[in-house]
Amino acid sequence: MNGRRFSWFNATSLTLGFAFLYLPMLILVIYSFNESRLVTVWAGFSTKWYGELLQNDAFLDAAWVTLKVGFWSSTLATVLGTMAAYVVVRSGRFTGRSLFSGMIYAPLVMPEVITGLALLLFFIAIGLDRGVLTIVLAHTTFAMCYVSVVVSSRLVTFDQSLEEAALDLGSTPFDAFRSVTLPIIAPAVISGWLLAFTLSLDDLVIASFTSGPSSTTLPIKIFSSVRLGVSPEINALSTIMIGIVTVGVITASIVSRRRLVRQRDDEQRALHQE
Amino acid sequence: MDLRRTFLIFVPFAWLLLLFLIPFGIVLKISLSDIALSIPPYTPQLDLSAGWSGIVEYFRALDLENYVFLTQDNLYFLAYMSSVQIAFISMVITLIVGYPIAYGMAKAPDHWRPTLMMLVILPFWTSFLIRVYAWMGILSQEGFLNQFLLWIGIIDTPLTILNTNWAVYIGIVYTYLPFMILPIYAALEKMDGSLMEAAEDLGCSQTSAFWLVTFPLSRPGVIAGCFLVFIPALGEVVIPSLLGGSQTLMIGKVLWEEFFSNRDWPVASAVAVILLLILVIPIVLFQRNEQKQREAGR
Amino acid sequence: MAQQQKKTVFEPWEDPSEKPIIRFKNVTKRFGDFTAIDNLTLDIYRREFFALLGPSGCGKTTLMRMLAGFETPTSGSILLDDKDIAAVPPNKREVNMMFQSYALFPHLTVYDNIAFGLRRSSMPKADIPGRVEQMLRLTQLTQFAKRKPHQISGGQRQRVALARSLAKAPKLLLLDEPLGALDKKLRNETQFELMDIQEKTGTTFVIVTHDQEEAMTVASRVAVMDQGRIVQVATPDRIYETPNSVYVADFIGDVNLITGKAYPGNGEQVEIHWGEAQAPIRANTSKSLAAGAEVKFAIRPEKIGIASEPPQDAANVVQGKVLDIAYLGNISTYHVELPSGDVLKAQATNSRRISRRNITWDDTVWLFWTDTAGIVLTE
Repeated sequence: MNGRRFSWFNATSLTLGFAFLYLPMLILVIYSFNESRLVTVWAGFSTKWYGELLQNDAFLDAAWVTLKVGFWSSTLATVLGTMAAYVVVRSGRFTGRSLFSGMIYAPLVMPEVITGLALLLFFIAIGLDRGVLTIVLAHTTFAMCYVSVVVSSRLVTFDQSLEEAALDLGSTPFDAFRSVTLPIIAPAVISGWLLAFTLSLDDLVIASFTSGPSSTTLPIKIFSSVRLGVSPEINALSTIMIGIVTVGVITASIVSRRRLVRQRDDEQRALHQE
Repeated sequence: MDLRRTFLIFVPFAWLLLLFLIPFGIVLKISLSDIALSIPPYTPQLDLSAGWSGIVEYFRALDLENYVFLTQDNLYFLAYMSSVQIAFISMVITLIVGYPIAYGMAKAPDHWRPTLMMLVILPFWTSFLIRVYAWMGILSQEGFLNQFLLWIGIIDTPLTILNTNWAVYIGIVYTYLPFMILPIYAALEKMDGSLMEAAEDLGCSQTSAFWLVTFPLSRPGVIAGCFLVFIPALGEVVIPSLLGGSQTLMIGKVLWEEFFSNRDWPVASAVAVILLLILVIPIVLFQRNEQKQREAGR
Repeated sequence: MAQQQKKTVFEPWEDPSEKPIIRFKNVTKRFGDFTAIDNLTLDIYRREFFALLGPSGCGKTTLMRMLAGFETPTSGSILLDDKDIAAVPPNKREVNMMFQSYALFPHLTVYDNIAFGLRRSSMPKADIPGRVEQMLRLTQLTQFAKRKPHQISGGQRQRVALARSLAKAPKLLLLDEPLGALDKKLRNETQFELMDIQEKTGTTFVIVTHDQEEAMTVASRVAVMDQGRIVQVATPDRIYETPNSVYVADFIGDVNLITGKAYPGNGEQVEIHWGEAQAPIRANTSKSLAAGAEVKFAIRPEKIGIASEPPQDAANVVQGKVLDIAYLGNISTYHVELPSGDVLKAQATNSRRISRRNITWDDTVWLFWTDTAGIVLTE
C-alpha cells in the first residue's frame, strides 16, 4: 500500500503483535539457563541442562533418526514434487488428470491424524514393519505435495522460450531441463527441499503412527516427555533448535537481499551503457 | 518424447496412488469392519486362498455398524461439535489479532518490509511442538503469566488457564498466526493507498474509510487466512493434548486416543471418514474461492 | 573508357536450375477447430533474406515454428534440402532460431550462451573457443564475453542472440520479430547490420515481422500473409508497385483506392468509370477484364501530383479542396476532398520552405497522374 501514513495504531499493533509472537520463545530460552529445575522460578544462571541434554542418549538417538528421516524424505520429496509440478504445469490434458491434481493438493488440507492413520493401516495391510523406512515413505508422501506447490508456482512464470532455445541449439529435452531449467528454478527447488526438511523434522502426528519401537523421532520423544510436564532439558533443546532456525532464516534473508541488490546494480549499469 | 512424458506422469502418480489413495481405501474398508482380538485387531481379513467365496464372505462381513455406533454415542457427536466450535472461535481470535499486524506491515515504510517479513516467517520455521510447549510453561499455575500478574498485583490467586479451552484458543492463535497474517498482508500490500485517500477526500473519517474501502478489498486475503486456520485447527491433536484438559473435546484427539489407547481401529477409521466428510465442505469452498480469485486476476 | 560492369541481380527464384532450400508442399496446420495455416505452398531459395509479413494471427509465427520443429504440420510436407523434416526434432535440425524475447540463458555468460549449441554439436572441443571468438568479433561483443545477460543492454542482448544462433552455421536461420524491442534509431542500424551479416555468412534468413518497413528494407523477397494463406510473394519493389490485391496494396505503405467499373479499350488501355460526374480514369492493365467489371483502382500518394492551377497534358486530372495537410518535415501529405466526397491523398516533397509554399488549407487544387501511375485490382 502506498501513500498512507504509518500511524501510532499501526506501530502499536506491530509491536504488540511481534511481542506476542516472540515473548514465549524468549521466555523458553531464558529459563533454559535456569539453575533450578523449577522452570518457572529463576534461581540463577546455569548451563547444566545443556550438559545433561547432550549426555541423554535417548534424545541424541532420536535426533539422529530425525535427521536421517528428514534428509531422505526431503530429498525424495523434492524429486517427486518437482516431477509432479512439471506434470501439473506443463502436461495439459491426460486421463486421470483431475485425480492427479486432487491427490497432489489433498494432503495439504487433510488433518495429519487421518493421513497418519491411513498410512499405518496400509503398512500393516502389506506387512511392512514399522521403522525408519515407513516414516520416510510417509513423510515423502505429504512433503512432495508441498514441494510441488512451491516448484509449480515458479514453473508457471518460467519462460518456456528458454527451453525451446536450448532444444533449438541441440539439447535433448532432458538436457534442456538439466542445463537450463533446473539452474534457473534452483532457488524454488531448494526452498522446496528446505520446506520438506522442516516439515519432516517437525512432524509428530504422522511419525507417531508410522514409527516403530527402534525408530523414535525427536518430536515423539519431546511429546512423550512434555506430557509429563515442563522440563528444563526440553527448554535447552528448544533453545538449540530455535537458535539453528534463527541463524538459518537470517542468513537466507541476508543472502537473498544481497543477491537482489547486486542484480539491480548490474541492470542499472547495463542500462547506462546504451 | 511421449515416452518421457509418460514416465514423468507415471512416477509421482503411482507413488500417490500407492501411498495416498490406497491407504484411504483401506481406512474406508476398516471403518466397515469389526474389532477383533487379533493382529491386526480387526476382522474380516481378506483371505484370497479361499477363492471367490472367500471374497464374497469378506464383503458380507462388512457393515455400517461402526457408523451407527458413532451416532449413538454422544461423545463423538459432542467432539465434532466441540471441534468446530473451538476451531471457529480460534479462527475469529486469530483474525482479530492478525489483521492489525498485517495492516501495520502493509503501511510500514518500504525498507522495513523485508525485516518484518522475516520476523513473521521465523516462527513458521520454528518447531511447532516447541512453540506449543512454550505456552505450557507460561500458562500453568506456577507459570510465567500467573507470576507476572501476581507480581503486579492484578490478581490474588493464580488463574487456571492451562488444561482449559482457553489455553487451546491461545495455542491455536499463536501457532497459526503467520498463516493468517501472510495472506492478509499480501492482499493489503497490493492495494492502492490512494483509494483510502480518495474516500477521506470525499468526506469519510479515517475509521469509516477503513471499513468501507480497505477491509472489503482485503476480503480475499481474509477469507484465505480464515480457511488456512480453520481447516487444520479442526483436526488438531497436539494443542488440545498439551494445553487442553480432559474436558477439551477435539475430534483429532479423540481419534488419536481411540486408536492408541482403546485400540479400536474400526471405530477410529469411521471417525476419520466422517471427519473427512465434514472437511470436504470447507475445502471445496476454499478451492472455489481460490479459483474465483485467480479468474479475477488478483 | 571505363568498363561498365553488369551488376548481377540476386534472383534464384527465376533460375530454373536453382533448387529451393525450403519447400512447403500443401501444408495445413490446425489447432482444434482453428486453421492456422491453410494449404500453403511456398519455395524459399538459398541465400535469400526471406520475409514473412502479416498482421497478428495471420499464421507467420506458426509457419516459422514449423520450420524450427516446435510445431508439426497437420497435413502436407516440409522439405529442407529435399529431405522431409516433419519427423526431425528441433535439436537435430540444421535450423536455428533467434527468439523474439532473445531467450538468452540468464545463468550463463555471453561466451557460454554462444558456446551452448557448439558444445552439443559434433565440433571438436578444441575448435569451440575459436568459433566463439569469431562470432563475438562478428557481432562486436568481444569485450562482453564474460558478462551475464542482465549485465548488458538490450541492443547487446540482441546481438548475443544473433551470435548464438549463427554459431553452428545453420543452413537456415529463423528470426522472430528480431527488431521489435529496439528503438527506431537502433532498429535502422541493426537492419543494415543484419543484411551485412547475412551476406557475409551466406546463410538463408527467414524473418517474421508485422513491420512492413522492416520487411521492405531487409528482404530479398516478401511473402504477405493473411489468415493462414500467402497472398503474394515477390520482391519488395514488385510488392509495392504491383500488389496483386487490395489487401497487399493496403498493407504495404499508403494507398488511394477508388472503386469503379472497368471498360477495356485498345490493348492494355482501360477506362474506369467512377463517382458521379467524374471523368473516367485512364489506366493500363495486363489483366483481361469484362466490360463493366467491378474493379478497384489503386494509386500511391507519391504518384499523384498536386497543383494550384489545372495542369495541361495530364492523362488524369481531378479537382478538389484541400481538407488537411500532414507535414512530415521532408514531405507533406495533402488530403484532398473531391466533389464526390472521396478523399485522395497526394504526397509532395517540400522542396520549398514552408512560408513559400502556395498550397494551403481549403485551397482549390488539381490532382493529376499518368495512365501508368496506378494499378487496377480485381480482388
